[in-house]
Amino acid sequence: MSMLLKAAPMEQAKQARQWSPYVDNGGSVLGVAGKDFVVLAGDTRMSYGYSIASRNVTKIVKLTDQCVLASAGMQSERHTLHKVLKAKAIMFENTHQKQMSTKSMSQCLGNTLYYKRFFPYYTFNVLAGLDEKGVGAVYGYDAIGSFERVPYVCTGSGSALATSILDNQVLFKTQPQNKRDLSLEETVNLVKDVFTCISERDIYTGDNAEIFVITKDGIKKEVFKLRAD
Amino acid sequence: GRTHRKGSSSAPLLAQRGHTRPDMFRNDYDTDVTTFSPAGRIHQVEYAIAAVKQGSACVALKSDDFAVLACVMRKESELGSHQEKIFKLDDHMGIGISGLIADGRVLCKYLRTECLNHKFVFEAPIQVGRLVKQLSDKSQVYTQTSEKRPYGVGLLVIGYDETGPHVYETVPSGNYFEYIAQAMGKRSQSARTYLEKYFKEFKTMELGNMIEHALKSLKGASEKPLTKANCAVAYVGKNTPFTVLADEKLAPYMALVDDEKDESKEGKSEEKES
Repeated sequence: MSMLLKAAPMEQAKQARQWSPYVDNGGSVLGVAGKDFVVLAGDTRMSYGYSIASRNVTKIVKLTDQCVLASAGMQSERHTLHKVLKAKAIMFENTHQKQMSTKSMSQCLGNTLYYKRFFPYYTFNVLAGLDEKGVGAVYGYDAIGSFERVPYVCTGSGSALATSILDNQVLFKTQPQNKRDLSLEETVNLVKDVFTCISERDIYTGDNAEIFVITKDGIKKEVFKLRAD
Repeated sequence: GRTHRKGSSSAPLLAQRGHTRPDMFRNDYDTDVTTFSPAGRIHQVEYAIAAVKQGSACVALKSDDFAVLACVMRKESELGSHQEKIFKLDDHMGIGISGLIADGRVLCKYLRTECLNHKFVFEAPIQVGRLVKQLSDKSQVYTQTSEKRPYGVGLLVIGYDETGPHVYETVPSGNYFEYIAQAMGKRSQSARTYLEKYFKEFKTMELGNMIEHALKSLKGASEKPLTKANCAVAYVGKNTPFTVLADEKLAPYMALVDDEKDESKEGKSEEKES
């Protein structure tokens, strides 16, 4: 009996550092849909641990004349995913003599992500474009392709910081008596403010924010300066 | 300088006797593409080339900065639509086809996939000559494989890459050549004669004039009078992605060709390129 009580403690298995195929390059991305426009923005900082690998790497790709995609997470995954989707968009256009609709693109992206369900693209995507009626559409994704059309979404390292602000300022969740639709200018200014706020507290977001605005007249891009620290 | 190649070098016998239908011959060595004739020819390949000659005409020409393609689009019946013959492969190149259009579509799909793959892997557009060579190598396989047949379609490939604008012709035999100007399909000889007359001017010619010449050379190759509905034009060049002109966009050029204005007035009436 006493021998059992004096049994030696279990030895801890020595934990060697397992190599991971994934790395987080940080950064934030957000999209807001309007009545006849959509705004998609992403910062341009690429981090590696506590270092900055680059201050000027884009997270955004144009897929059609009315649809753009932004992805936060791992930069190499994002680059490849964007290339793959762009190739799919061109193939569609060649076959059907017209560009993919935003809805179709949203499904295509979801399928592409799920295709790698058991070795996922480490990307947190936001797709933005105009739907067939010309109304702004924003889709938020997880890494394996679960997606949903939403009025706005923020993903990436600063998502927690931004989402509550957007809840308050876009859907007026805390002040339903003031609920109204935002104009294009108001939305762009809000997006700029949100990115400024994220950059204050999130070390992985900063440098510059690329802001894409899509209307029926096309896609316009603006670069907005953020904190560089 | 280069001049275009005279006709098809692969069917001298046909040309001599003035026949256009090769099945009028009794050839014992023409059943199989893997059989040579005693004269050292592969008749199946020649018959495939004859199939290209039955197709409606295509012409292409190039200057120092642009390459232009024009095709006659045949209609099966009054009730039907015109056969599409010009296909964009990538931003920097496209093709016009003559012959078995279904074979052409299949090749077009292959070429588009190759362009896309190259762009994906190398982040750069594929060089025109490389792709043409790839296609020709693929075509050659079907001149040496039993149980299959060669592609019954010829392509005029126009493109623009680091070495400038290009016009290539591919044939079912797996040969390809580069040209300053070329025509293929039915009645293409009249188009070729026209192009031979003017080709020395093409080098420094403006795009609008090139399109005019392309359409004028096509006039003789078409059964019916050319209208904006039964022909199509495409061009590609310096800072100019592959663009197709059809229907309304083609109308201004058709007006120039129809009016038979004399050469000196052509410059003034030339449409501005967008």
